Amino acid sequence: MKTRFMKKSGTKPAAMRLPEGGRINRGKPVQFTFDGTSYQGFEGDTLASALLANSVYLVGRSFKYHRPRGILSAGAEEPNALIRLGKGARIEPNLRATQIELYDGLTSESQNRWPSLNLDVGAINSLFHRFFPAGFYYKTFMWPASFWKSVYEPVIRNAAGLGKAADDHNDPDRYEKTHQHCDVLIAGGGAAGLMAALSAGASGARVILADEQNEFGGWLLSEGDTTLDGEASPAWIAATLARLEAMENVTLLPRTTVFAYMDHNYITLMERVGDHMAECPAHLPRQRLWKIRAREVVLAQGCHERPVVFGGNDLPGVMLSGAVRSYINRYGVAPGRRAVVITNNDDAYRTVFAMIEAGIHVAAIVDMRPAAAGPLVAEAMRMGLSVHSSHAVLAAEGTRHLGYAKIARYNPKTGDVTGDPFYIDCDLIAMSAGFTPLVNLHSQARGKLEWDEEFCCFKPSTYHEAAQSAGAGNGAFDLATAMAEGAKAGAEAASRIGFEASPAQAPAIDAPVADFRPLNFWGVPSDAAPGSGPKAFIDYQNDVTASDIKLAVREGYQSVEHVKRYTTNGMATDQGKTSNINALGIISGELGATIPEVGTTTFRLPYTPTSLGAIAGRDIKGLFDPVRLTRMDPWHREAGAKFEHVGQWMRAWYYPQDGETMEEAVNREVRRARTHAGILDASTLGKIDIRGRDAAEFLNRVYTNAWLKLPVGRCRYGLMLKDDGMVMDDGVTTRLGENHFHMTTTTGGAAGVMAWLEEWKQTEWPELEVYLTSVTEQWSVATVSGPNARIILEKLGCSVSLRDDSFPFMSCKEARLAGLPVRIFRISFTGELSFEINIPSRLGMALWKNLMQVGSEYGLTPYGTEAMHVLRAEKGFIIVGQETDGSVTPHDLGMDWIVSSKKPDFIGKRALERASMALKDRKQLVGLVTENPMDVIPEGAHAVLDPNQPMPMEMLGQVTSSYFSPNLNQSIAMAMLKGGHAMKGETVWFPMIDGSEPIKATITDTVFYDPKGEKLNG
Amino acid sequence: MLLIKCPFCGDRDELEFSCGGEAHIARPLAENTLTDAEFADYLFLRDNPKGVFLERWIHTDGCRRWFNVARDTVSHEIIEVYPMGETPKTEAAKAAHKASWRRQTAAEAAAKPASPAGRSGS
Repeated sequence: MKTRFMKKSGTKPAAMRLPEGGRINRGKPVQFTFDGTSYQGFEGDTLASALLANSVYLVGRSFKYHRPRGILSAGAEEPNALIRLGKGARIEPNLRATQIELYDGLTSESQNRWPSLNLDVGAINSLFHRFFPAGFYYKTFMWPASFWKSVYEPVIRNAAGLGKAADDHNDPDRYEKTHQHCDVLIAGGGAAGLMAALSAGASGARVILADEQNEFGGWLLSEGDTTLDGEASPAWIAATLARLEAMENVTLLPRTTVFAYMDHNYITLMERVGDHMAECPAHLPRQRLWKIRAREVVLAQGCHERPVVFGGNDLPGVMLSGAVRSYINRYGVAPGRRAVVITNNDDAYRTVFAMIEAGIHVAAIVDMRPAAAGPLVAEAMRMGLSVHSSHAVLAAEGTRHLGYAKIARYNPKTGDVTGDPFYIDCDLIAMSAGFTPLVNLHSQARGKLEWDEEFCCFKPSTYHEAAQSAGAGNGAFDLATAMAEGAKAGAEAASRIGFEASPAQAPAIDAPVADFRPLNFWGVPSDAAPGSGPKAFIDYQNDVTASDIKLAVREGYQSVEHVKRYTTNGMATDQGKTSNINALGIISGELGATIPEVGTTTFRLPYTPTSLGAIAGRDIKGLFDPVRLTRMDPWHREAGAKFEHVGQWMRAWYYPQDGETMEEAVNREVRRARTHAGILDASTLGKIDIRGRDAAEFLNRVYTNAWLKLPVGRCRYGLMLKDDGMVMDDGVTTRLGENHFHMTTTTGGAAGVMAWLEEWKQTEWPELEVYLTSVTEQWSVATVSGPNARIILEKLGCSVSLRDDSFPFMSCKEARLAGLPVRIFRISFTGELSFEINIPSRLGMALWKNLMQVGSEYGLTPYGTEAMHVLRAEKGFIIVGQETDGSVTPHDLGMDWIVSSKKPDFIGKRALERASMALKDRKQLVGLVTENPMDVIPEGAHAVLDPNQPMPMEMLGQVTSSYFSPNLNQSIAMAMLKGGHAMKGETVWFPMIDGSEPIKATITDTVFYDPKGEKLNG
Repeated sequence: MLLIKCPFCGDRDELEFSCGGEAHIARPLAENTLTDAEFADYLFLRDNPKGVFLERWIHTDGCRRWFNVARDTVSHEIIEVYPMGETPKTEAAKAAHKASWRRQTAAEAAAKPASPAGRSGS
């Protein structure tokens, strides 16, 4: 693969790679492409460090103004360098170049540019920036309302968003999920996190230590001026990891981001298992989602450096000071040749010394503090570097890369420029405006924050969950303090849950003594007239400038949450990691309030964008939701059945023959069931086995009709109500023994009814002795229906007589059919002579095949759910959930006959007596016959009395079931109409949604076929 | 995600459970003289307090048994888990039970059998 890239183009040597140093593997060169050009990096590089090594500074265009953007940071906070990574279906947009580990053959593209990165048409937005102020969308896309959907939305959608997802949506990669419990979870494997792991690990507690990077060590990996126990920090990190690896109770998870912290210490992690490999081995998933329940949590997330706000602070070449140091020390890359440093604290001086050691010329140090002093400042002066105290960078200039910095003396109290500006040529500005502890997880877990006046940052104060913070994430920026805090937190966490623990011994630290306290100044010094200077960016990713935030405050926004939404500050994929505190500083200045008075916005999960693939895991496609199949399913498939989903079941819908349309097939099935015989796979019906001394009493309370005196061997139809009197389910229940019943429910309602019965038994009537068992899966059911039903069963060899006198309608018998053990229920959902044959599941197919074989002589025809619906509608039988919608009473359905007036109580009884239940204008079930028998009214159509009335028309109700009845050769329908029971014989109209002629129909009884029920006996 | 201690199975993730809403809503006996409005207290009205709330939960994907939970709706702390048919034991949950407006409703009074003759008024 490597040679292929080498042949393609003569790869240029990486000009900015330092001759030595860094944690890259110089023995392992790696080829990659960016926007079609091939480059070389090394194993251990990130895409960002490899691009910088190859002098690629311009890596993207900004969101709103399409401004040229470069690499700002070296970590998760990167707002600019967003990359579209990969090929084909594996393409993933919006990945941060600073977090992409380089591998051989990596393909990457810049985003948000057209036609190319260097020449971008959208950059013209920059010239119109006056017309894109804060709240632009709210101010512009207002009226007329007719434009919202047709004009504004397409325009906004087209312009919005960052990278483009893969065109091929079939992600070929595999994702896994894993669940884990641990005693102590440590988020962040830097200096503090490692110390916490040593302390907690030594106690014997089960510890998980996770870090988002490929290597543990955090910022220690980027510091060249620090030794631990007399050695460079990587040696101490290696020794510490060796100690942790030797502990069986410690799990180390590198490349794993702790991205969400939820109630009761439930925490989710995303492990990038194969993302750093050219090819992920087949046995490994690409990513793995960890769901961890931790007894104690130590948050050692570290901190992010803040950018300095000045005009043009988004030009490629302007970087965070710590990032510059990281590229030099960790990756062996010089991010520039001639640098200006702007800072308001000591830490940037460490970058100065690192740059000088790497051979980068430091042209000026611009220190915003009024009187910069201290050992590091003195050292810089001793080295003859020009240190400009009480100065500020007013602007950075350049076209697509930084060219020079404009600097002047200013007044740190007022922000006024007090001296003449001067200009310094540079291709790199290293900036530092102080540090922001990463309190994201702490805040997600509803921990409270406090403002640290000294370090100008929010840090954790009180905890909601069993957690502690340590290190820079807790405001302890000094290494020794951070390590001591980590050691203490790890020990404290373990001892809180009963382990004997003491803080691990910290190494002897030799590091420069730096003053991390930043200057408490949030102004933007500028000599330009208001509104005319170069844009000073707060939120790089959402293109929010200092003046946008000031404008929002001037327009009356005072709440930080409102300013955030109005300006979109902090709302991009980086969630304001680099921008939040700078924005708060400016808001506080404009409002004349302190930052803690202004408050913070809410930190939301995930900490960094997380792929949906990892969250879905293997629960996709066929595994997304289980599919339930009956035992006769293979037969239906062989017969060419079409299927429909009913709940989780796949049910045969209809069986087309010889090129039949659905309509033809259904009509044939419906006719044959009435002229000969039909057979339906009814295995999916819910079945509940009910036993116990009080089983009959229990049924008496859950059904509306009487159950105590039902004789053994007899069946009864029952209607179940909710306690508000509304129909919830129906079915036939059979008394198999004195204290033993077999209940059937609708297919879709089975689980709900089971849960409902359990709830009443357990919570309301615990004194009843009743045992409920779901037996839906235990029985296969074949329903044979039609005038030939009896003869088919007799021919098959039935051990009991099927004649009316010994086996009447609504009774049940155990029998042997073709030698197979069956329960036969003589019940009917078609109105025909009908036998519902239940058989132990595993024998279902044998029964079905026997019936089909014998039945063929008598015209036995398999019918699907569609024909079943037509057959029952011809008889006016309701389907709960089709005729009913949770607001329908038995009376509304014309089923008063099933509601006992004698029983003292049943679920829903009292509610049916409410005054509102007797209102005349309740929607009631009626039948409909259309004037033109061929017109089938669409289900859901609304009835009106006068189709010519002006809109909005007065609607009476809606059609719930509507079919063409082949047996009656006319259209039939049922509807729920206001006061419908009193409207028999009246005419109603159904206006059509497509504007075609309204359908005229007459209100009738609901029983269309065989109203006297003569067919029930064959 | 809450960690709920099922009284029968032990600590389990919230997703194994279903919440059945407010607990201790007594169903009026069949023989009652409640008005529709009084009956509505039982049928429709549910509490949504800020603070301690007594709820019914069922271990749906486990033992399928119902039980009661006293939960703080602000902190999500689970204060107590106790069996169906009983009242809570902890002070905070006891106070929430006692303070509920429902204790004063005619619907709740109608859920208790009438006192045996001769003992009323004692």
